[in-house]
Amino acid sequence: MPGDETLEVQINAKAFPASDGSKRPVLRDVAFSAGMGLILAFFGPSGMGKSTILRIAAGLDADFEGFVRRPPGRLGMMFQEPRLAPWLSVADNIRLVATKGAPAPDIPGLLEEVGLRGASERWPRELSLGMARRVALARALTVAPDMLVLDEPFASLDPQLSAGLAAIVRARASRMRTLVLLASHELDQALAIADRILILSGEPATLGADLSVPRGEGASAIARLRGDLLSRFHFLNVQGNPITTESEVQASVHPGP
Amino acid sequence: MPIAKRPPANFSALRYGVFSLLGFIVLWWLSAKLAASPQLLPSPGKVIAVTWQQILNGEMPRNVGITLLRVLAAFGLAMAIGSAGGYLAGRSPRANALMNPWLIITLNLPVLVVIILAFIWIGLNEAAAVLAVVIAKIPTVMVTVREGAQALDPGLDEVAVIYQLPQLRRLRRIVLPQLAPYLAAAGRSGLSITWKIVLIVELMGRPNGVGFELNVFFQAFDVAGVLAYGFSFAAIMLLIETAILQPWERHVNAWRRNA
Repeated sequence: MPGDETLEVQINAKAFPASDGSKRPVLRDVAFSAGMGLILAFFGPSGMGKSTILRIAAGLDADFEGFVRRPPGRLGMMFQEPRLAPWLSVADNIRLVATKGAPAPDIPGLLEEVGLRGASERWPRELSLGMARRVALARALTVAPDMLVLDEPFASLDPQLSAGLAAIVRARASRMRTLVLLASHELDQALAIADRILILSGEPATLGADLSVPRGEGASAIARLRGDLLSRFHFLNVQGNPITTESEVQASVHPGP
Repeated sequence: MPIAKRPPANFSALRYGVFSLLGFIVLWWLSAKLAASPQLLPSPGKVIAVTWQQILNGEMPRNVGITLLRVLAAFGLAMAIGSAGGYLAGRSPRANALMNPWLIITLNLPVLVVIILAFIWIGLNEAAAVLAVVIAKIPTVMVTVREGAQALDPGLDEVAVIYQLPQLRRLRRIVLPQLAPYLAAAGRSGLSITWKIVLIVELMGRPNGVGFELNVFFQAFDVAGVLAYGFSFAAIMLLIETAILQPWERHVNAWRRNA
């Protein structure tokens, strides 16, 4: 039986109301558990239910059949949109979530960590989407979360920057034993950061695969996993054509033959 | 639809405002000349003289002070109760469903009816006067603040939930900045309506205040006195709005301005 420091999620069914008043099922039989210090990446195309799983795991959506048991401790979350308060400066947006009674957060240090040195006094409206998302990541890190939820964390970032942020998240996870859940629709990004990759497939979506990424076995082992995934699943690009190249995947995922 | 033109760089709203005001005074002076009836339409000079006399004998400062106190008490209570009720109605569909019929009734109830009933039920006293104004004003504050509460960003609510923000911090840093434009709108319209209602209350059932004095001048058919009190009090309200409410509104909306 999983201990207290384990996240357990079991979603038997999750549906959203449709425009005709009926319920549109989006998830079924999604179950997983994870201990502290792990990074789980949910991979699948847009609209597959990745964000919904994250919201359920974070406790923002209780309207589903099933249960969630979260490890005790603080939660940090980076939403798909930055969700910064536009009337607060960057520094005040980060300070906003600081734990009461805890030492004041090292805001310049946090901003430097996410590549935004000197942005403390800027207004959110002065930031690009990518910069605002990095502020949101800094905000999530400032609470030293025990569980960190990242919804498409590297969207709108160039590859170099996203690799840098992935390294920060990995370092946090291993150094502070932070459990990280992230959603991504880019396979290579998910493989680059995750310890486990959970692939959503079908309609309503279910877990098509839950695979460990051989993190300590070098790049060739990860490349083999990638090849295995490509052979087990039909990855389709947004035009519906199979993806066989090394390019990043904007994929639809369907169970393999 | 044509796009509004930007004002030229040397445009000064204050200068136009002063010109407009001077134009009004000149027009008034000309009308008084043409009417040739100081009792019916006194000249600006005559009204200023009456105002000065009322200031010197202490009547105007006393009555204006009393009315201001009533306005501030009624305005403060109406804003506090109306904001709390409006926020509740905007955040809870159940509360809104419960309050909405009351709101509709009170919004459509003539202010005079409220004043008369307050005086009959409570008596011709200070509490009835302030209460009548508060009851008359609360619904408009509630409706404005309800609109603001319904427009609160749910995304930021979720941020507050995730980071378990303390209630007070949530209110100060998340809710109030979003409600501020609505509170400012409710405050500005509220103040101008409140003082007009207070004058009616004083006219009907108080032995002092600007409304009472207006009634006295009306009984004597003294238009100069009516205008002296009317303009003086309007000027004070205008001063409060421009010196306090408008700068506050600008302050809370500072983040909206372009960089």
